[in-house]
Amino acid sequence: MLGYPRADGRKGIRNTVVVGYLVECAHHVAREIALPFREADTHVIGFPGCYPNSYAETMMERLCTHPNVGAVLLVSLGCESFNKYRLEQAIRDSGRAVRTIVIQATGGTRTSIAEGRDFVAGQRAVLDAMTPVPMAASDLIVGTICGGSDGTSGITGNPAAGRAFDMLVADGAACIFEETGELIGCEHIMAARAITPDLGHELEASVAKAARYYATLGYGSFAAGNADGGLTTIEEKSMGAYAKSGSSPITGLIKPGDVPSRGGLYLLDVVPDGEVRFGFPNINDNAEIAELIACGCHAVLFVTGRGSVVGSAIAPVVKICANPETYRRMSDDMDVDAGRILEGRATLDEVGAEIRDVVLGLGDGQRTRSEALGHQEFILTYKSFEPIGPACLPAA
Amino acid sequence: MTGDTMPGIETPSPPSDPRLLLLDPRDNVLVATARIRAGETIAVGGMRVSMPADLPLGHKLARVDIAPGAKVLKYGAPIGSATVAIRAGDHAHVHNIRSDYTPTYHLDDAKPRDGGAS
Repeated sequence: MLGYPRADGRKGIRNTVVVGYLVECAHHVAREIALPFREADTHVIGFPGCYPNSYAETMMERLCTHPNVGAVLLVSLGCESFNKYRLEQAIRDSGRAVRTIVIQATGGTRTSIAEGRDFVAGQRAVLDAMTPVPMAASDLIVGTICGGSDGTSGITGNPAAGRAFDMLVADGAACIFEETGELIGCEHIMAARAITPDLGHELEASVAKAARYYATLGYGSFAAGNADGGLTTIEEKSMGAYAKSGSSPITGLIKPGDVPSRGGLYLLDVVPDGEVRFGFPNINDNAEIAELIACGCHAVLFVTGRGSVVGSAIAPVVKICANPETYRRMSDDMDVDAGRILEGRATLDEVGAEIRDVVLGLGDGQRTRSEALGHQEFILTYKSFEPIGPACLPAA
Repeated sequence: MTGDTMPGIETPSPPSDPRLLLLDPRDNVLVATARIRAGETIAVGGMRVSMPADLPLGHKLARVDIAPGAKVLKYGAPIGSATVAIRAGDHAHVHNIRSDYTPTYHLDDAKPRDGGAS
């Protein structure tokens, strides 16, 4: 593998220019700036809200200083509450080129787009001239999510992703699984895998929090299509989703924006702390993908049964199709055909090794199907979290 | 161990159609690994069952009779409770199982009934 070295010692498998809007009012200008560079590793991210929120500011800072990001252009309308000064300084301190365009100061839409495109073109030329350096599996952080799940996800794709996680953790990588709302019913067997009893209690508490949160909202983390695909209850979906974690000991519990400093298996708690506010914890799959990437994930394994097509800004999304019927319909969107396990054409271990090899190939010039198709989905909304407690990251 | 049992192998459960997957010996449901068509007669736990509708890939059938209120077991773990009596061979899904945590949101009531998965 080869990676782009960053000042903090991390390495990126991509060298992306981020164009980040700091309120929805600047979104159109950001999108127009990036448009001519859509084939040239330039991704639009942003936060739509006008009011301050520390979660969103942390998310934007972690994403703008992600190892896959080489330079950043911030686009502000001017009057929004987002602390653009602090974000710009954090990006500059990370050793990256950064510029903020304030539309109200620049003179409006047209001049802001022109200035923004000049900056992006200049940074692309600098980044394209960078020489990548050798990178090992132990430099990697890899996340996993499942979306558009069905009755096959928990039998093929998710356990195969779990085998890939086992192999990557054994090679020193940090691997992150998530969605505590889809671990409801699994909390006790999961807690038994924690490296300390106190961490086990934290894992159980995170799932109990998720169960309370969803009970208040009246729905589980369960979409109508999950039922079409044969899943009947959130517990059933959870048992299948849990298989993505593999069988490694659980090293830590983190929250969005916490970046693991060493290898191992981590649970990402994505359910907000405190009273229920701002609606659903994750309004769609891309909200969770953005949180995994904010925890430093270089790439995200996405297991789907019904057939998701999404990718993401900043980090490649590896699409693993659990359902052989779906794969035959949608193979152009899929990186891995895990449904062949059901038809006796491969074993879980073989597909797990294939997933691991696809991940390592991303550091060797390979692109995922969603990247090739131009997917750069991104969403960030309001949430609130307390910092993790001392039991969540036990010393090695 | 009985004389007709292979050493190291548990007494086999009554046979089911090879397209039905038993994920854990404790389970009272089976998972379809391929679509089973309406009108087929298949083996479920040693019984012959006629399929009233298509069973799509990934859906579940009751392996044994399940009493109202009893836990439904898949992967060896409870995935909810039966809301009515479920007979061996019945489609086991949102119409006869409920979550023990949060309700399941689905569109089945509003969907045209063609027996197929969308």
